[in-house]
Amino acid sequence: MKILVCISNVPDTTSKITFTNDNTAFNNAGVQYIVNPYDEIALSKAIDLAEGGKGTVTVITVGDSSTEATIRKALATGADNAIRVNALPRDAWFVANQIAHYAKDNSFDLILTGRESIDYNGTQVGSLVATILNIPSVSISKKLDIDGNSATVEREIEGGKEVLTLNLPAVIGTAEGVAETKIPNMRGIMTARTKPLDVIEPIEVAQLSHIVKFETPAPRGAVTLVDAGDVEKLVSLLHEKAKVI
Amino acid sequence: MSILVYVENTDGKFKKSAFEVVSYANAIAEQSGTEVIALSIGNVEESQLSVLGKYGASKVLNVNTEQLKSFVNQAYAAIIVDAAKSSSASIVVLSNSFSGKGLAPRVAAKLEAGLADGAIELPTVNGETLQVKTGAFSGKAFAYVALTSAVKVIAVNPNSFEVKEAEGTVTIEPYSPSIDTSDFSTIVKDIIRATDKISLPEAEIVVSAGRGLKGPENWGMIEELAHVLGAATACSKPVSDAGWRPHSEHVGQTGIAVSPNLYIAIGISGAIQHLAGVSASKTIVVINKDPEAPFFKVADYGIVGDAFDVIPKLITALKAYKGI
Repeated sequence: MKILVCISNVPDTTSKITFTNDNTAFNNAGVQYIVNPYDEIALSKAIDLAEGGKGTVTVITVGDSSTEATIRKALATGADNAIRVNALPRDAWFVANQIAHYAKDNSFDLILTGRESIDYNGTQVGSLVATILNIPSVSISKKLDIDGNSATVEREIEGGKEVLTLNLPAVIGTAEGVAETKIPNMRGIMTARTKPLDVIEPIEVAQLSHIVKFETPAPRGAVTLVDAGDVEKLVSLLHEKAKVI
Repeated sequence: MSILVYVENTDGKFKKSAFEVVSYANAIAEQSGTEVIALSIGNVEESQLSVLGKYGASKVLNVNTEQLKSFVNQAYAAIIVDAAKSSSASIVVLSNSFSGKGLAPRVAAKLEAGLADGAIELPTVNGETLQVKTGAFSGKAFAYVALTSAVKVIAVNPNSFEVKEAEGTVTIEPYSPSIDTSDFSTIVKDIIRATDKISLPEAEIVVSAGRGLKGPENWGMIEELAHVLGAATACSKPVSDAGWRPHSEHVGQTGIAVSPNLYIAIGISGAIQHLAGVSASKTIVVINKDPEAPFFKVADYGIVGDAFDVIPKLITALKAYKGI
């Protein structure tokens, strides 16, 4: 089984988020980049599925050369080879078209993405890729089993879950529950350097959206502390002042 | 020109998010002088459909066939695209719900439309461009996304736009879209709903607890507090990682982002990743025995105290307030 895992290069979850150029650009200074945590779940699932010679795992990312440290980490974790589309991501439509274009020529049985990226919180890329390739997709899966040419997926819904079956090829967005996240071991780190990382040039895509500016949330006012022995006061504050109960 | 709104239902009943997206579309329509057409897919009764008129829909397209009783994203997306084209919609609005997250990109791709997902405010119009405020960096920031395509798709975050009543009349039309059989390649085998639970992303009040609760056996008082408040229950990442609570309750940067009116955090220190997922909450209450817990810095109200002492008292006080 040939599996393609789409990975995104995102700021570490502990990063302080600031902007430059009059709040029009993300401030990279001092920011560590990591494999998007949801994509790590996708990668770990792909490695499980391919284990024991049952398949191969290719990771793909759209980004400039600065993303290669993140790609090498994915290779160290257990991916067999990697593709970097040599372009800065403009929007989800641009990224999805690059991935779909590569996938079309390389007939993958399964394409995995994380359910969303933790930078722009888009849940778009997986479903866009699937639509461009005209194959089924599930955007937020909590469990994934593959049996031959068929996938059984548990999808999160409001107040419960839905069990679906779909034929491969398909695009599945993964969330917690699909796989335990793998950590690269020493052997993986050593072999990652020798694994193929191919750089391909992007295709032209119409721009449909762009980010105009960023904003950080207004600071909240100081906390009003209530004595632990006077919970009735909290109830009345929530009712009379905050008007939330 | 029109604005097409896809309205979700659960077992034939509209969700609150359906009224939110119709209200949202109506607010845009009032600015731009267009009409709001709602699209319902699934077995919703006609009396329910007409309710959409109260929020600004002038027409409801009703697709109601047995084949479409369950949500199949390819088929539903194809119908939304078909309806958008036949009603010359320039904007398509959906809820950024679990289903909406899968639908909106499919609809956008087929219409070659720019998509703003996670919209939290009404768009501003600048000529042919719509600018939409969305959440970014898991609540640590906001991004203003400009949609420059001819057709635009907006997926509105649940709980971020108020339901507003509007005046006008509504007509209901049966709608029979042409659907390709290949759009039904996904089959829904089972739907398992926890009927007694309030859906976390849509909840107006969320009661959340962390490692300070010491073990899963102590969640009874959290559930009781949630029950008294009519709230959903949630937890921090270490709690779901330890298997004390299901992953579906994990709130934070790598879990579910919530934006309730009231978020009560009990025994959660407030790691940056957790705060990221809850910062859109309107009012935050923190109960923690550590006065140095970082969560107090973003809280509106706080109690420094032991959860095992405070929560039972709070339950009693709330019951007295509610007269139950």
